[in-house]
Amino acid sequence: MTVSTQPVIDRGVSADYRVVRRWGWLAAVEQQILHMRAYLATLFITGLGSPIVYLLGLGLGLGVLVDDGKGIEGVPYIWFVAPALVMATAMQSASQENTYGVFGGFKWSNLFNAQRLSPVTPGQMAVGFQTGAMLRVAALLVMYVGAVIIFGVGSRLGALWLLPIGLLLGVAVGFCTMAWVSTQKDDRGQLGFVERFIIVPLTLFSGSYFPLDTLPIYLQWLGWISPLWHAAELGRLALYGAPISWPMALLHVGFLVAMAVVGALLSVRQFRRRLDQ
Amino acid sequence: MTTRPLSPMQASVKPVPGFLKGIYARNTRSVVARGMRVIAKNNYLIVLSGFFEPVFYLLSMGLGLGALIGTVEFYGAEVPYAAYIAPALMAVSAMNGALYDSTMNVFFKMRYGKIYDQMLSTSLGPLDVALGEIIMALFRGLLYATAFLIITTILGLNLAWTAVLAIPAALIVAFGFASIGLAATSFMKSFQHLDMVYFVMLPMFLLSATFFPISVYPEAVQWFIMALPLWHGVDMIRQLTTGLIQPSMWAHLAYFAVMILIGVTFATKRLKALFLR
Amino acid sequence: MNQPVISARALTKRYGTFTAVDGIDFDIAPGESFGFLGPNGAGKSTTMRMIAATSMRTSGTLDVLGLDAAHNGPQIRSQLGIVPQGDLLDEELRVIDNLYVYGRYFGLPRAYVKQRSEELLDFAQLREKRTARVDGLSGGMKRRLTIARGLINNPKIMLLDEPTTGLDPQARHVLWDRLFRLKEEGVTLVVTTHFMDEAEQLCDRLVVVDKGKIVAEGSPSSLIRQYSTREVLEVRFGSARNEAVAGQIDGVGERHEVLPDRILIYADNGEHALQQVIERGLQPVTSLVRRSSLEDVFLRLTGRSLIE
Repeated sequence: MTVSTQPVIDRGVSADYRVVRRWGWLAAVEQQILHMRAYLATLFITGLGSPIVYLLGLGLGLGVLVDDGKGIEGVPYIWFVAPALVMATAMQSASQENTYGVFGGFKWSNLFNAQRLSPVTPGQMAVGFQTGAMLRVAALLVMYVGAVIIFGVGSRLGALWLLPIGLLLGVAVGFCTMAWVSTQKDDRGQLGFVERFIIVPLTLFSGSYFPLDTLPIYLQWLGWISPLWHAAELGRLALYGAPISWPMALLHVGFLVAMAVVGALLSVRQFRRRLDQ
Repeated sequence: MTTRPLSPMQASVKPVPGFLKGIYARNTRSVVARGMRVIAKNNYLIVLSGFFEPVFYLLSMGLGLGALIGTVEFYGAEVPYAAYIAPALMAVSAMNGALYDSTMNVFFKMRYGKIYDQMLSTSLGPLDVALGEIIMALFRGLLYATAFLIITTILGLNLAWTAVLAIPAALIVAFGFASIGLAATSFMKSFQHLDMVYFVMLPMFLLSATFFPISVYPEAVQWFIMALPLWHGVDMIRQLTTGLIQPSMWAHLAYFAVMILIGVTFATKRLKALFLR
Repeated sequence: MNQPVISARALTKRYGTFTAVDGIDFDIAPGESFGFLGPNGAGKSTTMRMIAATSMRTSGTLDVLGLDAAHNGPQIRSQLGIVPQGDLLDEELRVIDNLYVYGRYFGLPRAYVKQRSEELLDFAQLREKRTARVDGLSGGMKRRLTIARGLINNPKIMLLDEPTTGLDPQARHVLWDRLFRLKEEGVTLVVTTHFMDEAEQLCDRLVVVDKGKIVAEGSPSSLIRQYSTREVLEVRFGSARNEAVAGQIDGVGERHEVLPDRILIYADNGEHALQQVIERGLQPVTSLVRRSSLEDVFLRLTGRSLIE
């Protein structure tokens, strides 16, 4: 083995915390991207498989029963259901990333505890992690939108709008999940409840597979408070010009933005609390 | 408190037929007893929560889509949509529970808990362990199936007395999936492989005549789906809850008999290879 | 002493009613290798976390590189290299990626971090493991990688929390050798340990801590001189007899300590003491003469051994 005589410490270069104050979150994103390399293949296969199965299977299959010649809101069933399926994927993926990813970052992989040893702040960690999660959500969305376009569902330009709407939904759901998960110290199975008792019911009762007003009135409130319903309605407006008034559309956007902002603030606050003992 | 001196005792090994020597110790009981303790102490909430998923689906799809669809034809009879999907959800829930227990759960125990190494360092054989895990999965299946059947009876979705037989039928379905799942898990090396299970489950769930009859597909696709186990499970349970029993019932039963035989044989062989090197 | 790089006065940390660090004072000079020696739970790691500004003190003062640790976390950490007890490596990434990712946390430019990662790979003697995943490395390799990671930002101070705990003897020596390199270059090393040999090897100066308090301070040799004799005679009479025999060896050496498994007799000449024991008609099962160590200092100061 050769013994280098070069000094280990490079006295000419030292870290500048002011650069970190500005770009620390980006370093956290870089780490997420390196992680993605390991499961790029899985991401690709599930990302490609799920739109095909859902759109073809559910959209066309159920469409045969539902349409029976008439369709929903004057469009074929698959048009109606496609934006909801895209949004449901964004919501589910955002919440999954933030459930075990965030919990593991504190408990298993020590992602956040290791970042804590550097000048990166807890707030930057939260934002950096979320940005990384959104990159994966975006990858899924791109493939889904591609499928929507290939199947000729709605207008092509409208289909592209599903991407930013899906990301807005993803950020909102992602931060809200993060805000809660980061308060959890032990997993006694409650982490799985996010999917079982929030994401799945939201998907089922948000007017995804059928118009919200076909549900009995005592169940419709579930849709109103559901970010998925707001995003799916926006998606329908974009994809085929569903009959939604502009004030209503603004309300949908406002709901999602408000949720994202509140979730982000709570997440950052909780990260600080947990990491600054 | 006084303690009586323990009488001297030797671990006894019960005699087994020749071809099971070295792999079976007729002590599956103790593996099941351990599983029950774990449920009672730690994760009864998770076990309990699994019951809700099919109920959510039933309420959402049955109420919402049911309003749009009305009735669906099944072996010549018109069946209300909710009554059409209820038995399918029962079969899906049997599949999900069994696969969850025999893949994810077992994978964790194998890779991280090292529980099997522990068990097999006693006088237990791999077949005891394999059967024990399958019986645990069936126990959950029994709970879910019974609870679900009570709910559907209350909602008036069981159209014949033969619905009672749906419980043993669901157990057969669960047995089939659990044994195959266990065999598959023995080949898995990473989480990505676990994802593959869900990658297979999802399309099966959506396309096996769960939400719409397979007659909407081209004939080639129909044959493919009829080769998948979930379709047999759905059709079998649906025949029982609607009372429209067909001769194909025997084919379904035979299908699962073969599936169970293959699964158990393989799982035992693999566990032996994995642990008794 | 030069202007200290770390300076604490009446530093205290409480968790609820439990006092982990109880009003300690210390100064660490630039270029010095400074140790906190004490058993598990003495408050060493808590002190380290306060220096790294990842744990807030309850009271007292603590300045690191001239900055108050309570308010300048990011600025202080940008000049520190931290080697935590649990390594906290990213197990799913490759060795080289761990260095890269961490370097980026310090706001260093990509090209520089890439080059520096390669250099540190050599320093950590992990060249052959460059593209291996971290979860497959041995404990010693992981620790060396953690040290390399801590060096990526050219820190002024290295904080090493129990650097060789859990490593086998050979891996410990490789690691100490790496730390000597740093010491020679004038990097300030702050080490916590509950191994007296490690403290003797690495530290110019150390404080002995117990139950959150500093009980002694000095160089390893001066502490031994001050609190122990030159040599120690260890005799065993079998676990049942040690206690009974203890009364019969009064006056042999300067003093003695009775442990459950053996009796330690402190004397400047151990062989001579052994002679005396045998002359009194006592037949030890085994006997051993050795030089005094920090272990003996700790025993003297606290009445307990370091590793329990």
